[in-house]
Amino acid sequence: MPKKTNIQTILVIGSGPIVIGQAAEFDYSGSQACQALSEEGYTVILANSNPATIMTDHTMADKVYMEPLTADFLTKIIRKEQPDAILPTLGGQTGLNMAVELDRSGILDAYNVELLGSSLSAIQKAEDREVFRSLMNDLGEPVPESTIVNSVEAASNFAASIGYPIIVRPAYTLGGTGGGMCYNANELEEIVRNGLAISPVNQCLIEKNIAGFKEIEYEVVRDKQDLAIAVCNMENIDPVGIHTGDSIVAAPSQTLSDREYQLLRNASLNIIRALEIEGGCNVQLAIDPNSFAYYVIEVNPRLSRSSALASKATGYPIAKIAAKIAIGLTLDEIVNPITGTTYACFEPSLDYVVTKIPRFPFDKFVTGNRYLGTQMKATGEVMAIGRSFEESLLKGIRSLEIGTEELWLPSLVELTVDELKNRLQKADDERLFVLAEVIRRDVPIDELYRLTQIDRFYLVKLQQLIGLEESLSAQPFSPGVMKQAKEAGLSDTHIARLWDVSVDQIYTFRMEQSITPVYKMVDTCAAEFESDTPYFYSTYEDENESQPSERKKILVIGSGPIRIGQGIEFDYATVHSVMAIQEMGYEAIIMNNNPETISTDFSISDKLYFEPLTLEDVMHVIDLEQPEGVILQFGGQTAINLADGLKRRNVTILGTNLEAIDKAEDRDKFEALLNELNLLRPKGKAVPQLDDAFDAARELGYPVLVRPSYVIGGSRMDVVHDEEELDAYLAKSDGADSEHPILIDKYLTGIEIEVDAISDGETVIVPGIMEHIERSGVHSGDSIAVYPPQRISQDVKEKCLDAAIKITRRMNAVGLINLQFIIDQGDVYVLEVNPRASRTIPFLSKITGVTMAALATRCILGESLQQMGYATGILPEQDAVSVKVPVFSFEKLRSVDTTLGPEMKSTGEAIGHDETLEKALYKGLKAASMPVPKDGAVLLTVADKDKQEALASAKRFHELGFHLYATKGTAAYMQNAGIPVTEVAKIGSAERNVISIIENLEVQLVVNTLTSGKQPRSDGFMIRREAVEHGIACLTNLDTANAILNVIDSTTFKATPMTSHQEVRS
Amino acid sequence: MTERFLVLEDGTTLKGEGFGADNGTSGEMVFHTGMTGYQEIVSDPSYCGEIVMQTYPLAGNYGINRDDFETVTPFVYGFVAKEFCSSPSNFRSEETLHDYLRANNIPGLSGIDTRMLTKRIRAHGTMRAAMSGIGENAEQALERLRHSERESDLVQKTSTLKPYVVPGGGKRIVLIDFGMKHGILRELTKRDCHVTVVPYNYGWEAILRLKPDGILLSNGPGDPKDIPDSVATIRSMVGSYPVFGIGLGHQLLALATGADTERLSFGHRGPSHPVKDLTNDKVFITSQNHGYAVSRDSLAKTDLELTQVSVHDHSVEGIRHTVHPAFSVQYQPESSPGSEDMKHIYDEFLQLITDCTRNGKEDMYA
Ligand SMILES: Nc1ncnc2c1ncn2[C@@H]1O[C@H](COP(=O)(O)OP(=O)(O)O)[C@@H](O)[C@H]1O
Ligand SMILES: Nc1ncnc2c1ncn2[C@@H]1O[C@H](COP(=O)(O)OP(=O)(O)O)[C@@H](O)[C@H]1O
Ligand SMILES: [Mg+2]
Ligand SMILES: [Mg+2]
Repeated sequence: MPKKTNIQTILVIGSGPIVIGQAAEFDYSGSQACQALSEEGYTVILANSNPATIMTDHTMADKVYMEPLTADFLTKIIRKEQPDAILPTLGGQTGLNMAVELDRSGILDAYNVELLGSSLSAIQKAEDREVFRSLMNDLGEPVPESTIVNSVEAASNFAASIGYPIIVRPAYTLGGTGGGMCYNANELEEIVRNGLAISPVNQCLIEKNIAGFKEIEYEVVRDKQDLAIAVCNMENIDPVGIHTGDSIVAAPSQTLSDREYQLLRNASLNIIRALEIEGGCNVQLAIDPNSFAYYVIEVNPRLSRSSALASKATGYPIAKIAAKIAIGLTLDEIVNPITGTTYACFEPSLDYVVTKIPRFPFDKFVTGNRYLGTQMKATGEVMAIGRSFEESLLKGIRSLEIGTEELWLPSLVELTVDELKNRLQKADDERLFVLAEVIRRDVPIDELYRLTQIDRFYLVKLQQLIGLEESLSAQPFSPGVMKQAKEAGLSDTHIARLWDVSVDQIYTFRMEQSITPVYKMVDTCAAEFESDTPYFYSTYEDENESQPSERKKILVIGSGPIRIGQGIEFDYATVHSVMAIQEMGYEAIIMNNNPETISTDFSISDKLYFEPLTLEDVMHVIDLEQPEGVILQFGGQTAINLADGLKRRNVTILGTNLEAIDKAEDRDKFEALLNELNLLRPKGKAVPQLDDAFDAARELGYPVLVRPSYVIGGSRMDVVHDEEELDAYLAKSDGADSEHPILIDKYLTGIEIEVDAISDGETVIVPGIMEHIERSGVHSGDSIAVYPPQRISQDVKEKCLDAAIKITRRMNAVGLINLQFIIDQGDVYVLEVNPRASRTIPFLSKITGVTMAALATRCILGESLQQMGYATGILPEQDAVSVKVPVFSFEKLRSVDTTLGPEMKSTGEAIGHDETLEKALYKGLKAASMPVPKDGAVLLTVADKDKQEALASAKRFHELGFHLYATKGTAAYMQNAGIPVTEVAKIGSAERNVISIIENLEVQLVVNTLTSGKQPRSDGFMIRREAVEHGIACLTNLDTANAILNVIDSTTFKATPMTSHQEVRS
Repeated sequence: MTERFLVLEDGTTLKGEGFGADNGTSGEMVFHTGMTGYQEIVSDPSYCGEIVMQTYPLAGNYGINRDDFETVTPFVYGFVAKEFCSSPSNFRSEETLHDYLRANNIPGLSGIDTRMLTKRIRAHGTMRAAMSGIGENAEQALERLRHSERESDLVQKTSTLKPYVVPGGGKRIVLIDFGMKHGILRELTKRDCHVTVVPYNYGWEAILRLKPDGILLSNGPGDPKDIPDSVATIRSMVGSYPVFGIGLGHQLLALATGADTERLSFGHRGPSHPVKDLTNDKVFITSQNHGYAVSRDSLAKTDLELTQVSVHDHSVEGIRHTVHPAFSVQYQPESSPGSEDMKHIYDEFLQLITDCTRNGKEDMYA
């Protein structure tokens, strides 16, 4: 089949900012597809508002638009570029919804733009729960008994008829947003109301609960010749009822007989054919563990998180193939890029077991609701490959970086068997470890099955692993058991714990016994055909397939699973480093374990090791490859944490060395360094005992910023304003000792400045300085960053620049370095220095045109900036203004407080770019899907300390024609100042109150600065949550409020009366 | 775990753990790329004379059930997988793979680097191999290997001794058993056929007396050239009755109509081999298991037309007689295990019969 010749230019829609349920996987699919389209000679126009993506690099498409993904802006792009076709199936749910909107608006017809991939009817058939249901009935594919509702009443009636528990699933939403399981009428009412609010078409599906079935996914691909194949099937180890995104997943399915496998395969192919999709499609099914009865849960007529996972699990590049199909090629003419000899029309055969484990944000959101349900909560995931299930599971666990490398959590040891069982009843993010713990307490498999509905196959595997632990403990330093343990995937750390010796002892013993891993290739065909994909995983077997080349090699360590604080930005930097290394003529080898990302696309590097990132696993690769050195600074904290151990093993760390890292991370050394350079930093103290905290705080003077010097996963920082708050904080903290003292800093309120620099050891260049909209106290990752700075003086800029250069030189950092400052009364205070790539690298690179990671890599490998034509200093400022707006996933994370503070909470970012700050902000906020109401009502509830400041904002809202609501205190304050405000009653009161006006969507904006008062469920907290649940923007910082006011101001006109002249006369 | 050795023609010796039966064995070493379907595989008579290795590392996860057999007594000579599951989990599971193999005197081997072995076979082509019995050492296994040679009586071993009838209300099919999979019978009975299963060496007159509406040549083990008499019989069938061949039956039809067959380097054994139908340019995913194939060039001088080819190596997957109502496919349209995309081909066979009877015998002899 010849490819389409009637089209030349294709508009590809990206997925926008990263939120839970829609993450890096769409950058991976998107980039892959853009490349495929260019390969075929088409002109590619890309629209995506997420700056932290490879796909928005100018090398990925002929034209890149980093504009908000809204119908308005896409329409502008279509008018301007007049593309022949648009490809929305790579942009996740966002892409699909955009396609639907654009079609409704008629613009596609007006410019006769062809829709590639999935037709609109296909999208509607799959996404509209009602149409989908009737299609399934026509196909004879079973779906759970259900009804479609547009009102709460209808829902309750249906529930009454079939009984609880019952499932609510809103239409056209993602990651199960707004959905959930309801056990009673109240829950139903609440969930349906918010589900209807969240669904773009105010539609919910109320469905019979089939929790407990096995959940199976099929990734299927179809071409226009109607050839359809199943690329991969995946078995959720967690039963139906837990979102696939939150489930531990095995590929291929482990517990299905061929009959069951083919039954579900046929159903999936049946469906993709009926939908006439030309490309990839994800089918989720539920099968009864006790019969052949099955149900279709849902179909995603697009690339998805699962298709990315399937691509990495099989080696079959679904996105690339889907793109080629979209432009008319057929599977039997597309060559299988892996073997190079066979064709894409085959179903991969695996000769290994893949396990995917989700990464949850509860290390950051300690108060969050950790129960797993039909709404996704994971921010990222890891994948691990092994020749046995045990091996891949354990490799997965140690890839998570959650402070354990095994099926063991110290925190669970104290719990009683009953407590543990209770925790299994309602699964949470730690269920795997709870299971292991109860198995240690000899709870029988059948009971565990009853509690979890996790297939006995997996439970027995866990049991066998625990059994192996026992025989290990029984036979210290027995080579036999050691070998067995390694084959089962146990890490040296794990064995060290069981034998109660040091990890290094285990390592040496293993080397003596020469028990070392080999590397096997991922080749899509179980070795049936010759292939030379540079994609490897480790296992303990005979033949090693990874032959080191003769070339000089550099090993780059990736950043592991995506979590809050360490997102896709780090993968972006990693990928650019790899490309630079290759340009410089070295062989670039990458190690990473995140299936969503581009760095784990085997076509990016010369060699990919899909492995955990522990010292042990990294050393094995180094021992085999003998690289010139290892680059750590692009892999975020994950890689930096390896520095110590690698040094111990005499591995060359390229770029900024361990001493420098230490200088930045060790408080005293850092202090000393700053004094030496006589630079200021917020006064601070480290107190080894909790009681000392009060004296320290009093000395420094409130408010102070408190944090434990280190807590596994996420530093629990807080601003406390008085003794009482400090007391509350300490009560929550897990104590302190001289090893890990409590850190108390003077809390400075000022403008926060962020600087990223590149250094070769002599020349230091700063591509740009960023200024935050929010005052210090809001985490740099959660505040709106502006480039170039708008408020600080030239003099202050110089000071920051000067400080940045001094510090960089003094640390003799080589590569990238990130510095954060606070400006307080013209003085520059150094907040922190991160001697590594930072979150802001992609943003800065894109707006300044300097590919920072690439440049840094050249420095790391010994090139001089001077010879590249750079001189120490800051690069000339761009005229246009760019803003980086954080994006949060609060609607997915029940009972997480949305107040912004020193703890990072955002999951992604969007860019806004234009001539003026206001215009840029407008775009940025739009892109972050933050509503910018032109009129309506605002609810104000501000803490006393903020009342005066809030007055000004209130005044402006009033002048702009907004109606103001406020709670008692705030209302009184405003009224005294002569601002008309409607007082609303407190929470809980029968009449119209602060919650009800949110529920009934009577307000468009909420400004709330009531801190959680340290007790979890305060009024402020409930107001903020209500706003989130109903999709109303809730601003917890007055700076953000004022920024939005400026935007509204500059985009609307206010009515002002003429000043009367009589008075003047008389 | 008792240790067990596997030795190959090329001298490769692997030590693993024995499972299944204790006795040793020798046969053709082949690999199957299916990730499910071990029960169908170990019970498929076409594997008679072969030691089958599953490339997917885990075998036996869902146990052995009472439904998914392809024959009553299995003929496979040995079974190899990286790991076999001792506590299977599936609602239909009756016993473990180990117990099943043991009960049927089939030795098994686990705990070896099966991927390495797969690559060897890919490189050297199918090799003969021997497995040690429990207690035997590698040398003894090697001895067995030396004394073993390719067997030419595999069809005799697997075919039924006596004819038998599977009654039905529909078309009368004579199914010639060259080592038939029950899957074929399942498809026919599902279509209400009246099936008479006869031995591979059933005479032509005897067949005539059964007055069939059509004849189906089953799959089976080994080299089609091992049973020349059957080829002769088939020669007289073509033109007399609608004939449909599967697997070995397909190769026999080719030989009977003047084409030739050849040995593939390491064969096609897997659940998802792409096949292109040249008559409509469509591609299908098929389930395959064959070490021999009809040689493509040999079709030239015959009345056979090439209808389907393998997308991977372009080998012959389907042929049709241009004069008489006879056609055949190399793959397993009944699947069990593997892709079920081609099941409709059984309907095409029955349709062919209908057409022929409608057009009357005359023009069939045309
Ligand atoms: N009828 C049901 N009963 C119980 N759980 C269900 C039911 N339908 C869906 N689920 C669970 O909810 C999860 C999310 O549902 P899904 O329709 O896939 O939403 P999303 O679009 O977010 O993927 C599924 O992965 C499944 O585990
Ligand atoms: N002394 C301080 N005064 C005011 N704000 C501070 C102070 N220390 C930290 N912060 C705020 O806390 C945020 C996080 O602190 P930081 O040291 O950068 O931690 P992280 O390592 O998580 O980036 C900063 O972005 C800043 O807004
Ligand atoms: Mg889903
Ligand atoms: Mg910081």
